[in-house]
Amino acid sequence: MKVSVTVNGRQVDADVPDRTLLVHLLRDVAGLTGTNVGCDTSSCGACTVLLDGRSVKSCTVLAAQADGRDVTTIEGLADGTGEMHRVQRAFHAEHGLQCGFCTPGMVMASISLLAENPSPSEDEVRSALEGNLCRCTGYHNIVRAVLAAAGED
Amino acid sequence: MIPSLFTYQRASSADEAVQLAADGGEEAKFLAGGHSLLPLMKLRLATPEILIDIGRIADLSYVRADNGHLAVGALTSHDDVARSDLLARELPLLAHAAGQVGDPQVRHCGTIGGSLAHADPAADLPAVMLALDATLVARGPSGDREIAAGDFFTGLLETALQPGELLTEIRIPRPAAAGWSFQKFTKRAIDWAIVGVAVQGGNVALVNMGSMPLRAGAVEQALAAGAAPREAAAHAAEGTSAPEDINGPRAYREHLARVLVARALEEAGSRS
Repeated sequence: MKVSVTVNGRQVDADVPDRTLLVHLLRDVAGLTGTNVGCDTSSCGACTVLLDGRSVKSCTVLAAQADGRDVTTIEGLADGTGEMHRVQRAFHAEHGLQCGFCTPGMVMASISLLAENPSPSEDEVRSALEGNLCRCTGYHNIVRAVLAAAGED
Repeated sequence: MIPSLFTYQRASSADEAVQLAADGGEEAKFLAGGHSLLPLMKLRLATPEILIDIGRIADLSYVRADNGHLAVGALTSHDDVARSDLLARELPLLAHAAGQVGDPQVRHCGTIGGSLAHADPAADLPAVMLALDATLVARGPSGDREIAAGDFFTGLLETALQPGELLTEIRIPRPAAAGWSFQKFTKRAIDWAIVGVAVQGGNVALVNMGSMPLRAGAVEQALAAGAAPREAAAHAAEGTSAPEDINGPRAYREHLARVLVARALEEAGSRS
């Protein structure tokens, strides 16, 4: 089917098989490979993107379900000058990543959290990241990074 | 993993969805948030040939107070149910339990109607519907009909919905007794419940203690006869047929049910 999705402000038009998953539209059609496929079973959260501003796991959303809607991926966060988003800067400053595979999903889930709750407690950050797994087990610094980013506001 | 081939259709109203389903026959399935169905389709455990996307039927996403009951549109997301001020005030059990489903990403997509129609015995909300004495409204080619929650769940992943019938609304009476609790035991935060318990007043319902959600009838009878919470909870496993799986044998789930029912009744008592 024909889909038209606004990805990071840019319109992506494609004629894809009906069963195409959003993550494959992003990676294979739009060429945005920052969104990772981890477990592919909606458990790990590595494929998290924002759909109309709210975090979703793009391995469990059809491209057709995103037709006509806004998607933001990790590539869409830095501003026009290349200045990183405050959550990206906080992950950098707090060493909130080790191998980096979960990081795009962690950052997108964190941005969704901060949009809903600009001043989360540590417990609220941990609850909000329940859907994102870090197999390096770098959770403490990830939580610190999200709290630091919230404090920047 | 991608699902096997299917044809995608999109409905813009409940009536159009029912018509598309009638046209599609047995090969058609409704797609709401997709967070139960798409994972099954990737594993080839479900292989519908036609998917009817009902996710954009905006007028099936609402929470409102109607005459004597609360009404929740079937396509209201778990996140919207969890954040509803009206439900937090009037049906805190439902608002709280919806906030415990999956994780934030799942709650942004998943819908209350999708969860109920999917009828996974390990899902949280079917048992909550039993505890709240909910009524489910289904629309078919010949109109709307009401189904009591106690009659809705008929077996493993099976409901009283007829092929082509669309769940449109959940109606819940204002609870007569205020005390409530929801308990869920999982290994990891995002996992399905190994066992769960929903309590509203003297109603006690169990998650994952059989092939469908169950009322803990023996517990309810003991409570009605004046038993203390821990005495009543000792009956929690009676009449159940808990599954045996990687999470443990039946006896383990029966033990968990007794422990969780006791905690739930004590918490509900503290809120009444």
